[in-house]
Amino acid sequence: MIEVKHVTYTYPNGYTALRNVSLTIQEGDFIAIMGENGAGKTTLIKHFNGLLKPAKGHVTVDSKDTRTVSVASLSKLVGIVFQNPDHQLFSETVRSEVAFALRNFGFDEETVERRVNRILGMLDLSEYAEKSPFALSGGERKRVALASVLSWEPKYVVLDEPTIGQDYRQKERLRMILQQLLSQGKSVIMVSHDVEFVADCKPNIVLMAGGRVIGGGAAEEVLTNPGLLEKCSIIMPQVAQLMRMLGESGVGGRVIDVYSAVESLKTLWRGG
Amino acid sequence: MKAVEAKRLTFTYEGSENPSIMDVNLSIDEGEFIILTGPSGCGKTTLCRCLNGLIPHFYHGRLEGEISVMGLDVKSHSTQELAQHVGLVFQNPENQLFSLTVERELAFGPENLGLPRRETRRRVEWAMRKLNLQGIRDRPPYELSGGQQQKVAIASILTMQPKIIVLDEPTSFLDPKSAVELLSIISNLNKELDMTVILVEHRLDLASSYADRVIVMDEGTVAASGPPSQVYSEESRLRGVGVPKVSILFNQLRSAGIPVKGNPVSVDEAYHYLRLMLGK
Repeated sequence: MIEVKHVTYTYPNGYTALRNVSLTIQEGDFIAIMGENGAGKTTLIKHFNGLLKPAKGHVTVDSKDTRTVSVASLSKLVGIVFQNPDHQLFSETVRSEVAFALRNFGFDEETVERRVNRILGMLDLSEYAEKSPFALSGGERKRVALASVLSWEPKYVVLDEPTIGQDYRQKERLRMILQQLLSQGKSVIMVSHDVEFVADCKPNIVLMAGGRVIGGGAAEEVLTNPGLLEKCSIIMPQVAQLMRMLGESGVGGRVIDVYSAVESLKTLWRGG
Repeated sequence: MKAVEAKRLTFTYEGSENPSIMDVNLSIDEGEFIILTGPSGCGKTTLCRCLNGLIPHFYHGRLEGEISVMGLDVKSHSTQELAQHVGLVFQNPENQLFSLTVERELAFGPENLGLPRRETRRRVEWAMRKLNLQGIRDRPPYELSGGQQQKVAIASILTMQPKIIVLDEPTSFLDPKSAVELLSIISNLNKELDMTVILVEHRLDLASSYADRVIVMDEGTVAASGPPSQVYSEESRLRGVGVPKVSILFNQLRSAGIPVKGNPVSVDEAYHYLRLMLGK
């Protein structure tokens, strides 16, 4: 469990990015943190592995206070994939990039090779194994960064804007991978602006604005609540907007995805 | 004159065995708003690089077929010459901005062309007005938000007064509100200045209502081209394309045997058609 309790954080330049934030992440939770740029989302996730330490309040990961344990030991539990892969990649080949952390954590070469091959296949990167990460497209580099974190199988997988630069097919694949991680009992926490992707994934949503958590709940509840979304500069998913507009006809409710919309429109058509 | 004309355009990067784009035929009219989309690696970026001469003058390889932009043969004109006709805005504005103030950033292009100081001044002020940047003229671009940076990048292209603007996924790093704002600014440039817009975009839900035409690429060739409503109604032919959810909804309603009319690309259009169907 990751527990964030009454955390306030101020950057050295005096900017307070988090104000009294509390949040609990249980094992197996699937959470999307949403809010406009500057809301404090990235600052918050940097507290999960101790990269940032709270000025006030405290953060514990599996009961370990992040102020008392090293980032290295927390990283084994909490793997963070940052928004810009170029801040994360440095190796000469994709293969050595993905193997780096595994070697660092002391896995034997046989395990390293097996895991690297598996993860490259899973993320559609096998054909780039011997290429330089910097010769790849932005979207591909992002998947390399994800692969290098998934390689050591952290219990909490944290992703900052994972769908940027990904086409629809890659997003669908990413959604399967997240489901797979969840089915293995891992927790997945993502920061995302991609409201349609979030509507397809249906995680629990935590909404942030101005450094505070201002609301949250199941995706179907949050993404159909116009007042709450407005406060965070989030645009309602297309299907939810449409069903809301049709609301007067007695359909809609908490529909955010195409599949459920088809079902309720079918009922309406047949019944009406 | 056509804004862009390509005939059997094929390009193979140096050291690569297979062409990245193959036999592309394309004709874009002046003033058109085009969305260019398709799965990663489909050749979108390669095609864009052909439009301002980065291919073949910077990226080397084998260029076959013909490509002309505003009537200029790309092969025989320098990138500097082409830059006065085609402006390119990248996905990540951080990679494009380098000056210490917004004003300096905007003046860089015209100064580089050797324009008189007065003309440079005039263009900088005009571009700042167009994108509403006067309030941040003295700020360093690297301190601005992603949305503002992207506006600065576009303004710095405008100072070159190009006829065509090519934007490579300009909204990727923006939150939805900023993305919508940027897209409406781009749409205004298209309408007010009759500028030809070629927008490479995955977020079709936000962009489609502005576009005259969607061009879908797949494996280096043009897989579909037409008005958004028509292209999205043939969803099954499109691979790796993020067709707007309302378009998918209508395609699925039809598969479920519900006789809904129309091919909406926006929520308002979908609402209109559904109300007709439901007899409201």
